[in-house]
Amino acid sequence: MTDARWSEPAPTRRRWSWTDPALRSAVIQIALGIALIWLAWSFFANAQANLARQGIASGFGFLDNSAGFGITQTLIPYSESMSYGRAFLVGLLNTLLVAFLGIILATILGFLVGVARLSENVVIKALASAYVEVTRNLPPLFQILFWYLAVLAAMPNPRQSWGFGLQPLFNFLADTFAGIGLAPLGSMFRTLAGDVAGPSVFVNNRGLVVPRPVFESGFVWVVVAFFVAILASFLIGRWAKARQLATGQQFPVFWTGFGLIVGLPIVVCFALGVPVTLEKPALQGFNFVGGVRVIPEFVSLLLALSIYTAGFIAEIVRAGILAVSKGQTEAAKSLGLRSGPTLRLVVIPQAMRVIVPPLTSQYLNITKNSTLGVAVGYPDLFAIFAGTTLNQTGQAIEIIAITMAVYLTISILTSMLMGWYNKRVALVER
Amino acid sequence: MNTATRPAPQAAFVAPKDLRPQEPAPVSNRGIYGWSRAHLFGSVGQVLLTLLGILVVYVTIPPLLKFFIFDAVWSGAGRDACLPEKIGRPVGACWPFIYAKFNQILYGFYPESERWRVNVVYFLGAALLAPLLFPKVPYKRVNALAFFGIYPVVSFVLLTGGNLSLNNFLLGGTGLENIKGSVAGLRLSYWVQFIIVTGLACAIAALAAPVFGGSRRGAVRGTLSTFAIIALVLLAVDLDFGLQEVETRQWGGLLVTLVIAVTGIVVSLPLGILLALGRRSNLPLVKISSIVFIEFWRGVPLITVLFFATYMLPLFLPGRFTIDGLLRALVGVALFASAYMAEVVRGGLQAIPKGQYEGAQAMGLRSGLMMRLVILPQALKLVIPGIVNNFIGLFKDTTLVLIVSIFDLLGILRASFTDPAWATPTTLFTGFGFAGLVYFVFCYGMSRYSMALEKRLDRSNRH
Repeated sequence: MTDARWSEPAPTRRRWSWTDPALRSAVIQIALGIALIWLAWSFFANAQANLARQGIASGFGFLDNSAGFGITQTLIPYSESMSYGRAFLVGLLNTLLVAFLGIILATILGFLVGVARLSENVVIKALASAYVEVTRNLPPLFQILFWYLAVLAAMPNPRQSWGFGLQPLFNFLADTFAGIGLAPLGSMFRTLAGDVAGPSVFVNNRGLVVPRPVFESGFVWVVVAFFVAILASFLIGRWAKARQLATGQQFPVFWTGFGLIVGLPIVVCFALGVPVTLEKPALQGFNFVGGVRVIPEFVSLLLALSIYTAGFIAEIVRAGILAVSKGQTEAAKSLGLRSGPTLRLVVIPQAMRVIVPPLTSQYLNITKNSTLGVAVGYPDLFAIFAGTTLNQTGQAIEIIAITMAVYLTISILTSMLMGWYNKRVALVER
Repeated sequence: MNTATRPAPQAAFVAPKDLRPQEPAPVSNRGIYGWSRAHLFGSVGQVLLTLLGILVVYVTIPPLLKFFIFDAVWSGAGRDACLPEKIGRPVGACWPFIYAKFNQILYGFYPESERWRVNVVYFLGAALLAPLLFPKVPYKRVNALAFFGIYPVVSFVLLTGGNLSLNNFLLGGTGLENIKGSVAGLRLSYWVQFIIVTGLACAIAALAAPVFGGSRRGAVRGTLSTFAIIALVLLAVDLDFGLQEVETRQWGGLLVTLVIAVTGIVVSLPLGILLALGRRSNLPLVKISSIVFIEFWRGVPLITVLFFATYMLPLFLPGRFTIDGLLRALVGVALFASAYMAEVVRGGLQAIPKGQYEGAQAMGLRSGLMMRLVILPQALKLVIPGIVNNFIGLFKDTTLVLIVSIFDLLGILRASFTDPAWATPTTLFTGFGFAGLVYFVFCYGMSRYSMALEKRLDRSNRH
């Protein structure tokens, strides 16, 4: 039987061949490498020659020079005599501010609309669909310009500002409480109404003017109380989970935590005699003095970005919820879970797995789209750096490279975070 | 066995009959009454939601209709027609403003006597695109070739006027540029260089052919036909057709919007396919450079790309080149769009089952042929909805060029808002209403189309 086996021929050295895949890949890669190096070198050489011809010094030394231009919205102290580096920082913070607030607003609005699109109620459903179709199909820059040029510019001038105050509300509450026989509460609100006489929030074509909180030294303790409350709710959560695993008894962690985080700072605040006062804006001459002015560029950018992105987020949320199969809800119900826990423990965790990756890319889009503020003059990183600074110094290569690097860093950090999250929640397939 | 003789089982697990009262039959949700119970007035919460919805409709729709239709001014010659104090009634939208600016919105500042050229381009585009959109119309291959290959060249010649007077083809500085003489707008020096470069390319192809497993003859033939196509395109843009030159600075409005969006898609499709293939390649250098390219352009905002193309690109090119402003923006948009297109195509490539690759390899196809004959036709069909969605994004993104002072549809409108001859309280809202309608019609139409296509593909993929 053994002679029936055929033996494989001894492996011979492979002969050299034109069609060897190794040779082919080497040829392709060497050609690509040469092309890339040639491209980079010619860019470099051309740039040097062009800059020399235009008399522009290259390098990053300009960052220390005095900027010499003002910025309409600064989160950190800034003046014209400070450096371009400082202006860069101001711009970066403005970008992060509008992106952060935009993300929060767009998420809230997007989740509301997304859930509304799944509503049983046909009116609500139709409205939510209309919202999504209209906002997603109008360019973001169009929306920014619309809010800025058409809506905010149509507001009255500062002398005829629309004022909003709490006095009418407090008066109404006082009347109501007095009416239903709770006289002490009524009189308390009456005095409060007296305290806030006159409007304190103003809207005009130069933006939104709101009172500025002035913190006294004791306010530190309120902040401390806030963080203590967060820590305490975290510890309570851990304890409650351990107890539930051991005994099966549940504990209202959410409401306890909510009460602690909201309540404790308020209690501390009142115990210290309210160590914060509000500096109310007042009209002097043609403009307001005191308070904080929110510039209309910021308002229009924030509104447009959050309304535009909320349309996309709504679709993501809807798709995520629809992706959880109906069997999951039915199984949860047949286990005896009520509808609240069904949502919280079964549907939402599975929907989040589908929702979070595209949601992050929308957050990234808000950050990138915040550069559109340059069209209305919102002083974000792009407007300050690639706009004003580029015009003044002419150092296009350095400035555009820095600007791109900043956005690229944000993108890469976000996608790394995303990769980590995806790995964490990925289904373990067997 | 006789079942009848068995004792009745002790049915302890059967609930006693009177444990729970029998529940009434569930309320019907059939008929108008049932439907409205299920969808409008089922509970107190539902009723409140319905009322809230109706309130929202009430405060938005009637004022919009009133503004844009019932109170609108439909005819007139100037701002006086749209001033409430002049015509003695509340005034809504001022449509005469749009009529007055309509030519600018369509053509920008394109010379009036030459506007027929733009009209021809619009008409040709619509005539070629419409049959491409409907899957039932035959001759897709010819149609696609006409739209993606011939149409851009024809449009380029019509819009710019052609007659570029090309004078150096890669061999500048070798003394060849000094050959004098020209025929019908064609410079001899250029075409001599072109022929020499063609010869060189054929030689290189013949040399490299065996490495890629092809015959030398085939490689030379392929190179020659590629260069013949290039020559045809160059000939078309170089010949003097007697058309007046129109600088791109004079273009504007919808023309610029469409030129940027269509160029972006037409250029990004081949580039995106190459990048997607590169990203899935086994060759490390090819793979890494594709990934870096794609992730770089996807990681930065479009406006920085436009600034890069406008301010940085000219510095990278030899000093004797001056690039047209619109062309710079087009380069930026094309780079940006190809990175996104690459990701769309990659999605399609990944969706092709492994069996298709293995089947093609088992048939003995080389990787180039496998891609061209088996994988790409299937993958590209899958990603058509993605490409349409990309196009919608690009169409909306074209508005950004107004930041680098190119007047697209939105830019033209913004510029005409400052026209004192039309300064009325409602001009702004009229303009935004009109532009919004245009953008909405384009984007919404395309998104519906892509959805319908997706549904169709989904059905044809089902077994």
